[in-house]
Amino acid sequence: MDSLLKRATTEMLKKELPHFFVGDTVRVISKVFEGGSERVHAFEGVVISRSGRGVSETFTVRKLSYGIGVERVFPLHSPQIKKVSVIKSGRVRRAKLYYLRKKTGKAARVKEKKLNE
Amino acid sequence: MVGILGEKVGMSQVFSEKGETLPVTVIKAGPCFVVQKKSDSKEGYNAIQLGYGERKEKSLNKPEKGHFEKAKVGSLKYLREFRVENVDEYQLGQEIRVDMFKVGDYVDVKGTSKGKGFAGGVKRWGFRGGPASHGSGHHRRVGSIGASSFPSRVIPGTKMPGRMGGNSTVTKKLEVVKIIPEENLILVKGAIPGVKKGFLVILKSKKQRKQETQEKQEVQEKKEKEKKEEKPKKQETQEKQETQKKQEKQEPQKKQEKQKPQEKQEKQEKQEKQS
Repeated sequence: MDSLLKRATTEMLKKELPHFFVGDTVRVISKVFEGGSERVHAFEGVVISRSGRGVSETFTVRKLSYGIGVERVFPLHSPQIKKVSVIKSGRVRRAKLYYLRKKTGKAARVKEKKLNE
Repeated sequence: MVGILGEKVGMSQVFSEKGETLPVTVIKAGPCFVVQKKSDSKEGYNAIQLGYGERKEKSLNKPEKGHFEKAKVGSLKYLREFRVENVDEYQLGQEIRVDMFKVGDYVDVKGTSKGKGFAGGVKRWGFRGGPASHGSGHHRRVGSIGASSFPSRVIPGTKMPGRMGGNSTVTKKLEVVKIIPEENLILVKGAIPGVKKGFLVILKSKKQRKQETQEKQEVQEKKEKEKKEEKPKKQETQEKQETQKKQEKQEPQKKQEKQKPQEKQEKQEKQEKQS
């Protein structure tokens, strides 16, 4: 039965998934419908979690907007999401970075991954 | 055909063309087979019996075996009847598949809801329960179940704790989002009663069934009307031809004169006849 459930949604899956991990700083470019017209919206921040499996997989991006923390949850396979580009890849030791919510200022950063390491 | 039999696979999500995420229930439906045809003359009503699902042949008893052999359709797990206007449209052993539905159709889905066991008034009937604090000791209790000395009894049907769930339930007007005929799958928007692998009856929605019967009736009425109209038309044309012939016989000489007045005369005659 589970295989049938997968089969039912395989056509919805994106063939080429954007490659990024938790801790990365990404720029998400998504389509937005506003008042009958379509426009492109960019959201830039740190990926703090990826959850779900198959079509229902989502990722959460957190950023600071005028000093206030803003989080957005994007469905990974949504056709609305045009592009996810990695700006910085971070070095983190856990799967969910919810601890960033309590940190402010310099403590709320993620270490950058160095290629030589 | 009004319905099909199937079972629940589970829930998932799907993206619409607009990019919205839709909650979706995946149903495995069919292939079903026509096992029996019930006719007005024999059983007193028109219906077809559909069978669905696999079953070990050794678990059949003799009457069941005979029943399936008549239609030559192996051994099936579930049998359900559907009322049908005209039985002759179907043959014994005929296969019925998911492609009877289209994307955008509305369906009613009948299943058995999940059993909740012995449930209290708050869960079963949505009672509010009592105050949580201040020593009330009346947290999730039922409260009053009726008046006192009159009527001196509890009125039948009063909402009280008891067994909940496990009832036959219909969820109406669910939109068909997608159909995968190769796998016999229907994706329907929204939730459906029952457990995974639970048996379901999927019907075209009541509204759609009504519309279809109406359309059928209208088509029939139109045909009847056309038939009625055709008869008088034929008569008229025959009469016209006859009159023309007569005129030609009567007035061969006049034809050589002026044609225009003759046409006028003919027209006048026609008008008189029509009136």
